[in-house]
Amino acid sequence: MMMKNRDKSYWLFLFPSLFALIMVMFVPLVMGTYYSFTDWNGTRVTQFVGLEHYIRLFSDTDFINSLVFTGKFTLVVIVLINLIGLGLGLLLTRKSKLNTPLRTIFFMPNLIGGIILGFIWQFIFMRSFEAIAELTGLSFFSGWLSTTATGFWGLVILYVWQMSGYIMIIYISFINNIPEDIIEAADIDGASSWQIFWKIKFPMLAPAFTVSLFLTLSGAFKVYDQNMALTGGGPFNSTQMVAMNIFNTAFRDNNMAYAQAKAFTFLIIVVVISVTQLFISRRKEVSL
Amino acid sequence: MESKKKKQIISMIALAVALVWLYPFYLMIVNALKSRAEIFTNTLGLPQDIQWGNFSEAMERMNFWGSFSNSLIITVVSVIVLVVCSSMAAYALSRNPGKVSNWVYGIFAVAVLIPFQSIMIPLIGMFGQANMLNRPGLVFMYLGIGSSMAIFLYFGALRSVPKDLDEAACIDGCSKFQTFWHIIFPILKPTTVTVIVLNSIWFWNDYLLPSLVINRPEWRTIPLMTFFFFGEFSRQWNLALAALIIAIVPVIIMYMFLQKYIIKGVSDGAVK
Repeated sequence: MMMKNRDKSYWLFLFPSLFALIMVMFVPLVMGTYYSFTDWNGTRVTQFVGLEHYIRLFSDTDFINSLVFTGKFTLVVIVLINLIGLGLGLLLTRKSKLNTPLRTIFFMPNLIGGIILGFIWQFIFMRSFEAIAELTGLSFFSGWLSTTATGFWGLVILYVWQMSGYIMIIYISFINNIPEDIIEAADIDGASSWQIFWKIKFPMLAPAFTVSLFLTLSGAFKVYDQNMALTGGGPFNSTQMVAMNIFNTAFRDNNMAYAQAKAFTFLIIVVVISVTQLFISRRKEVSL
Repeated sequence: MESKKKKQIISMIALAVALVWLYPFYLMIVNALKSRAEIFTNTLGLPQDIQWGNFSEAMERMNFWGSFSNSLIITVVSVIVLVVCSSMAAYALSRNPGKVSNWVYGIFAVAVLIPFQSIMIPLIGMFGQANMLNRPGLVFMYLGIGSSMAIFLYFGALRSVPKDLDEAACIDGCSKFQTFWHIIFPILKPTTVTVIVLNSIWFWNDYLLPSLVINRPEWRTIPLMTFFFFGEFSRQWNLALAALIIAIVPVIIMYMFLQKYIIKGVSDGAVK
């Protein structure tokens, strides 16, 4: 017997997840959108303020800087993570006994929480890099995390170290799905491994790019834990990412309605970027 | 065919990159075994005088076993709730195609695009007023945020489970509940493993949500405890590093035993 639509057990099976989803995601989304047009202080609304918060965003240099910083960070890590992830994926799908142990190593950082990662790298940049500077006399290694540039690259290094192994796993599963006889046939016909990569593997990996770009993009844009633990946004909020800016506006400065206006703006940006990216990648995939 | 020499060079490159990847772990371990002073005089080398005491002191001061059991309880309960609720929901949706199911599925799909930070402030406000900023509240929030992804995975897997099976099971007149749990759910085991793996990693490591929801020191999870401990001991790298290692060890042990499932779960979760 099939369940009929709207019969009792249908809704019974759906209820817990659907109820949680609505209470945790959609009610706050709707309420939050409304709050962002009011003077909500976390518990009470006394008046409607219209677009006041949104207009204020344009002159909030900290917020704009955090958007720019996050955008740059996202661009750089997407490129690096995908290059390294794909490179490692190609290296570790050849016949070799080293494949499994090396995959294990590269994936490992991904299992560690962002807070802990941030603290580990804080030690490396602040203490170990300083020791390298003393040892080699290279001022390049000195004073990491104390400037905006070193804070930026510090975050990039941390995130690339964390995520490359994850993206590598995704590329590996796609590379393994490429039928072996095609590669063998090309090999017999005398194609170089360079040609095999560009002419055969690369086009067949198009869906892997879509998935990996989507994952790195949405992940990088929302980074909070690593940012908080590594640089704390400093010096002078210059390495603050959007997520942290929203968090601080709400829970440190207690500026709830204004923070929610930022959060709503953030939502719009994330949705637009994700949808555009998926759309473009899907089209590219077809044309390849 | 590739020459042997070329193969060796490629292996060497892979090994070299792996060493670079491991270097942070090396630095962390050797320095956690040094005295506070030695970290400043000898950061890069092996410890001259091994200080095992750092670990016992860090463990005690960060209340390791307390936060470990908090993390374990929250992770296990949240994962079980998520698996039970989302597999049932996916089953209901997949066995009742139609307008209503399409709508419900669409609602779950749209939710994936919503970043947590964009709903977090009103969420905390709402749950605060309802007196739900506690562990059950956290489990409920994880269900709300995590169910979309889990339902996708189950829904995809259910497509390849023939509907005749449900009907055959019900010849003897068992309830839908029984059909699902006795016949269908066991077939979905590979998906269940994926859902468990992905969400355990998330719940275990999550910092932002618990930091907003858990407001009693005795409920703190490992990431929260690490944060507070680090704030207090950031000038004492030896203790701080020992604490970080202690916080990572449970994950690494799990990884060693369940590696196959973890890697498979992660790639299935992303690809499907």
